[in-house]
Amino acid sequence: MIVLEKRPEPSRGWSLATPVVAVVATMIFGGIVFGLLGTNPVAAIATIFWEPLFGEFAFYYRPQLLVKGAPLVLIAIGLSLGFRAGIWNIGAEGQYIVGALSGAAIGLAFYPAEGWYIFPLMVAGGALGGWAWAMIPGLLKVRFGTNEILVSLMLVYVAEQLLASMSLGLLKNPEGFGFPGSRNLQQYPSAHNAELIAGTGMHWGVATAMIAVILAYVLLNRHMLGYQIRLTGEAPRAARFAGVRPGRLILFCLGVSGALAGLAGLFEVSGPAGQVSIDFNVGYGFTAIIVAFLGRLHPVGILLAGLLMALTYIGGEIAQSSLGLPASAIQVFQGMLLFFLLALDVLTNYRIRLVQRERS
Amino acid sequence: MKLSTLLTGAAVALAMATGAMAQDKTKVGFVYVGPVGDGGWTYEHDQGRKAVEAEFGDAVETVYVENVAEGPDAERVMTQMALNGADLIFTTSFGFMDPTINVAAKFPDVKFEHATGYKRADNVSTYSARFYEGRAIQGHIAGKMTQSNIIGYIASYPIPEVIRGINSAFLHARKVNPDVEFKIIWAYTWFDPAKEADAAKALIEQGADVILQHTDSTAPQAAAAEAEGVITFGQASDMAEYAPLPRVSSIIDDWAPYYIARTRAVMDGTWVSTDTWDGIGPGMVAIGEISDAVPADVKAEALAMKAAIGSGAYHPFTGPINKQDGSAWLAEGEVADDGTLAGMNFYVEGLEGDIPG
Repeated sequence: MIVLEKRPEPSRGWSLATPVVAVVATMIFGGIVFGLLGTNPVAAIATIFWEPLFGEFAFYYRPQLLVKGAPLVLIAIGLSLGFRAGIWNIGAEGQYIVGALSGAAIGLAFYPAEGWYIFPLMVAGGALGGWAWAMIPGLLKVRFGTNEILVSLMLVYVAEQLLASMSLGLLKNPEGFGFPGSRNLQQYPSAHNAELIAGTGMHWGVATAMIAVILAYVLLNRHMLGYQIRLTGEAPRAARFAGVRPGRLILFCLGVSGALAGLAGLFEVSGPAGQVSIDFNVGYGFTAIIVAFLGRLHPVGILLAGLLMALTYIGGEIAQSSLGLPASAIQVFQGMLLFFLLALDVLTNYRIRLVQRERS
Repeated sequence: MKLSTLLTGAAVALAMATGAMAQDKTKVGFVYVGPVGDGGWTYEHDQGRKAVEAEFGDAVETVYVENVAEGPDAERVMTQMALNGADLIFTTSFGFMDPTINVAAKFPDVKFEHATGYKRADNVSTYSARFYEGRAIQGHIAGKMTQSNIIGYIASYPIPEVIRGINSAFLHARKVNPDVEFKIIWAYTWFDPAKEADAAKALIEQGADVILQHTDSTAPQAAAAEAEGVITFGQASDMAEYAPLPRVSSIIDDWAPYYIARTRAVMDGTWVSTDTWDGIGPGMVAIGEISDAVPADVKAEALAMKAAIGSGAYHPFTGPINKQDGSAWLAEGEVADDGTLAGMNFYVEGLEGDIPG
C-alpha cells in the first residue's frame, strides 16, 4: 500500500528539484499531446525550447526573451513578498493597467513638449498608480478585515473598464480618426522607453526588473523587514510575539507589489506596446503568479522562471507558425507546467512510503 | 577524392534545389486576433487562407498564428514570419495597425496587408469591407418583422465601424417602420460568449424581439433560440446552424477573393500598396440565405435592395439624413462621402442615448 507521510520539515532537496522535474514532466507529457495532434513531438519540444535560444534567428529571439520576461519578473518579485507573508495580491493585472494609464497620461499631458524630466515623471506616475490601486484592497483589509484576494481580483475588472474608457475617451489620439487608442509613445522621444542599446532588448523595464531581483534578495536575507515577512508567513503567532505589526506589513507588501506591477505597466506602455489601447493588458499580472510560484518565491528563482515562461511563449509562437500547432495546445503545455509543479510540490512536504499490510 | 567531389557536388545541387524551391513557393502568413474556431471573424479569415491554398496549391505555403495579443506580441509574430521567409503577411485586426507599420519598416521586401486600419506605407496596404451595406438589408428585414418594435443591438466598441453599422441598420428599420426603437448594449469585447449571451438575454428581457450583433460568437444566437419569437442575424460568418430560426439571414465577410487576388499580385510582381474598401458589389460582403421564416414579400424587397446596393444604384447613406441632435447631415439625394463614413462618430436622428467614450 502506498501512503503519504508528512515530513517533519519540508525537504530542501525536493523544494529545489520540483521545478526541474516539473519542466521535464511537462516536456514528456506535452510531447505526448503534440504527438497525438500529429506533430513530431521531438521537433515540437525542440522548436519551443531550442529555436528561440540557439536557432537560426536567435539574434532576434534572445532580446525578445528579455522584453517578454521583464514584466513577468518585475510583477512576480513584488507578489512574492506578499505571498511569503501570506498576503495574496491576485490583482496585479489591475495594478499593471492603472500604472500604465497614469504613467502614460503624464507623458501625453506633456505632448508635444520635449524634456529630460518627462520620462522620470512618467515612471513615478506609473509606480504611484499601481501603488494606489493596490492600496484599495490593502486599506480595506486593514480597516475592515475584507479579503484581499477577492477585492484585488475584482479590481482587475474595474481597471479593464477604466482602460477601455480611457482608450475611447480621455486618452484617445485626437489624430486617430475616431479610432480607439492613444497616441503612440514610440513616436514621442521624451516619453519613449526605447532600447538602451539597440538590438539588445534592454529597456528601462528590463533594468528595473534586474534591480528589483537584487533588492528583493537583499531585503529578504539581510533586512529586518525581510525577516518579518518570512516569519509572518511561516509562523504568524510567533511573528506577533516578535513585534511584527500585521497591518503595516500588509500595506507594505501590497504597496510594493502594486508599485512594481504599475512600473511594469508603464515600461510596457511607453516601450514595446507604445500606446494605451483597449486590449493593452495581455495577462502578465496573472502569469506572474505562476512565475512567482515556479520560482519558489525566491528572487533568483523568479528571474529564471520568468525567462522560462517567456521562452515557452516565444517558442510556442514559433511552433504555431512553423509546425501548425494550435494555440490551445501551447496553452495546455503552459498549464501543464504549473500543474506538475503544484502536484510535485506534495513531495516537498510529504514522502511516499510503501507500507506492507500487516498480516492478520 | 572522387567521393568528396561527388558529395560536394551533391550538396551544391541540393542547396540549389532547396533554394530554388524556396523561391518558387510564395509564403503567405496570417496573424489572427482570435481562435480559428470562433465561428465568426477569425474563422472567415481562415477560410480565406484555405481558399488561397486551394487556388494556388503547391505554389504557395500558408502559415498562421491564432490568438495573438495586440501590441508587442503581434509585432514579434509578424517579425518571426518575415524572418522565416514570408512574402506576404495579412494582419487581421485593427489593433495590429502600429505593429504592422513597425515591422513593415524593418522588412521593406515583405508585403503587408492590414485589415480595418488607416495607416499605410509602400509595403503596407489596408483593406476593409463595407459591412454597413449588409446592415441596411438587416435593418429592413428587422423593421418589417419586429412585433414589439424594439430591436436589440449588441455592439462591441464605440468605433466608427460599429457606429456606422448601428446607423445603417437603424435608418433602414425606421424607413419601413416609424415606431421602431433601438436598444444598444456595449459589450466592450469582440469575442466573449458569456458576455454576449448576457447582453442578448438582457435585451430580450427589455422586450426586444430582434437581436442584431456586432460581436463574433454564436452565443447571442443560442440565447435567442431559447427565447420565444426572437430573430437574429449571423455576424461575420453565416452561423447557418441557427437557421431557419432564430437566424433569418446573415452578413458574411468573404475575404477569399481579395486574398487570392493579392497573393497573385505578389506572385506576378504587380503588388502595390492600396486602400481597399469593398462591399456587396465586389463580393467582399455577402448576405447569407434569407430563411423561410421571413415572409416572401419582405425577402423579395431585401434581395432587391441587395441588388441595388451591389450595382451601385443605391447607397445606404442617402439623404435626407439628420444627425442625432437634429442638425442636417445629408441633403435630399446627397450620398455620404467615404471620409465621413470612415470616421463616423455620431448617431443619426432618432437613435436614443449617447455614444460612450
